[in-house]
Amino acid sequence: MKEGLRQSMAWLHTWCGLLVCWVLLLVFAGGSASYFKEEISLWMMPELHASAAAPVTQAQAIERAAAYLQQRAPQAERWFITLPDQRSVAMRVGWIASPAAAGKEAASSPRSRFKSERIDAATGQPLARVRDTRGGEFLYRLHFDLHYLPVQWARWIVSVCALFMLVAIVSGVITHRRIFADFFTFRRNKGQRSWLDAHNATAVLALPFHLMITYTGLITLMFMIMPWGVQTAYREQGGEKAFFEEVFPGGAGRVKAAGVAAPLTSLPALAERARQHWQGAPLALVVVNNPGDAKATAVITRQKLATLSSLQPALVFDGVSGRQLAAAGEAPSATAVTRGALVGLHLAHFADPWLRALFFLCGLCGYLMVATGALLWAVKTRQKQAKAIVAGARAGFGLRLVEALNLGAIAGLPIAFAGYFWANRLLPVEMAGRAQMEIHLFFAAWALAAVLAQIRPSLGMWRLQLGAGALLFLGLPLLNVFTTDSHLGVTLLQGRGPWAVAGCDLTLLALGSVLALAASLLARHQRARHERAVQGPARRTAHPAVAKEIT
Amino acid sequence: MVSDKMTSAATSGLRYRLAVLSRTLAAVAGGYVLTALATMVAARFLPMGRADAVMTATMLSFAFFTCAVIWVYAARSAWRAWCGLAVPALALALLAWCGRVLP
Repeated sequence: MKEGLRQSMAWLHTWCGLLVCWVLLLVFAGGSASYFKEEISLWMMPELHASAAAPVTQAQAIERAAAYLQQRAPQAERWFITLPDQRSVAMRVGWIASPAAAGKEAASSPRSRFKSERIDAATGQPLARVRDTRGGEFLYRLHFDLHYLPVQWARWIVSVCALFMLVAIVSGVITHRRIFADFFTFRRNKGQRSWLDAHNATAVLALPFHLMITYTGLITLMFMIMPWGVQTAYREQGGEKAFFEEVFPGGAGRVKAAGVAAPLTSLPALAERARQHWQGAPLALVVVNNPGDAKATAVITRQKLATLSSLQPALVFDGVSGRQLAAAGEAPSATAVTRGALVGLHLAHFADPWLRALFFLCGLCGYLMVATGALLWAVKTRQKQAKAIVAGARAGFGLRLVEALNLGAIAGLPIAFAGYFWANRLLPVEMAGRAQMEIHLFFAAWALAAVLAQIRPSLGMWRLQLGAGALLFLGLPLLNVFTTDSHLGVTLLQGRGPWAVAGCDLTLLALGSVLALAASLLARHQRARHERAVQGPARRTAHPAVAKEIT
Repeated sequence: MVSDKMTSAATSGLRYRLAVLSRTLAAVAGGYVLTALATMVAARFLPMGRADAVMTATMLSFAFFTCAVIWVYAARSAWRAWCGLAVPALALALLAWCGRVLP
């Protein structure tokens, strides 16, 4: 760090990246998958593939959902009705049980009292035949809530990693003298040089995306990471709560229950009025606070239009008289729209499937960028210790740890994802706690790969794990032939769709092929090395250019 | 570029390690405190509505934090790095105190 700016920045880039790279791999993998959250959920519920989406008006759907909730959770603190849109077939209803009804869990947070079910919009009955799965929702939550951890901790971990990544990106750009020229440079089969070139290529190719996705990701959690602006400006009003009520209309209408029973007004009628208010624009969400209470309110949120911003206006109604209480988010300020646009860019809900596919590819580019960076560190460090290792010394502890973590994360994560999808197809449909078991198997598969990597972080293990990932991914479309009626033969060859399911299968095939290619390249490399070793160690010395690289 | 020998002499000493530790502390803790102060002051003084000022300040905070971290590692010595954080932090704290942002 005593040398010039570029050297200090190279140091900063290296350590910022290395310390958090394994979490970043998970975040990139989960985030990339989340662009197709709804499609993955559909893929994971084969029972829904055949159901021709019966045309149901939104008012009808709301009526059925309200009737269902009335019977299922009349005492709830809050109801949620998520209406079907172009991307999701089923309608989701959810509720937060009142603390009294929740009994033992009374002290717990509203989040833990939340339950949700999918119901058929046409009949208003739960989709009982559908297997219990978290689907793409798990991968989406994994992206920022991780799993098995309190949500708040997980979000802090992910946020800190994102901050490291932001610093790594900026310092990486500063340290990179010939960013444009190097992008067009690729020297294959040159060991460390090749990893550096690959790292540059994947990083620079999608640099605007990497920078955007990191910054906007921080924006989505900014009030948790940097709450001090809110705290000071709203200190007299009681801090955060006042600010959120002013800025985010979603929480509007949350009032304390009166404890006096009163019938709920007709929700379809409110929905119709909301639709007219927005000139016929479709609705997204209906929230009812304190249903059946004299202080009930209903908040109806409009669907997002095809704009960048993630902001959605909402109307607040009195849940008993049906009187309109407020209209929130109708004319957001420029700043609010800016934040909405940044969050919207991160979520990419505005994008059509092709643009989301591009985002998906950029996300995978990010995965490769982190992976090649981590590998580059290991290759470089091994090079430094080469003399000692040849003389019979063991590789240093840090090097061995990084090599094993690299293997367990880079090659292990695909195995975990594939394991999750295999579990979805193979676990008995009627099994109790099925959705949770799928998730346990995701982590079990990953743990197995990670432990094996720690025991034996060798090239052979790389080949084994990449090969296993390839087989698992390539096997999934085949497994569909035996376990579903909507395999590629039906969806693609007979052209019957659904196209989202065919797209998922094709993506699995493509990912499997890439893993297979990696495994076979590695096998070739291993053979070449073996032959060299047999011929004698004459060519062992490193290329002089390697030693001159910036650290 | 420096030869291998010199680099290892410069990077293995205890002094060097302490300096790196000091910078890391400066970047993480110092950088965060400075950013928090800047966000507070901006949230109070930006010439726009209160909610908008808060959001603008908070959105910009991560760019500010990144610059602070880059500065800490780019500075010629750990002492300079700390000074570069402390001077603006004191100035911001003074502003904040004048604006009655801090309790």
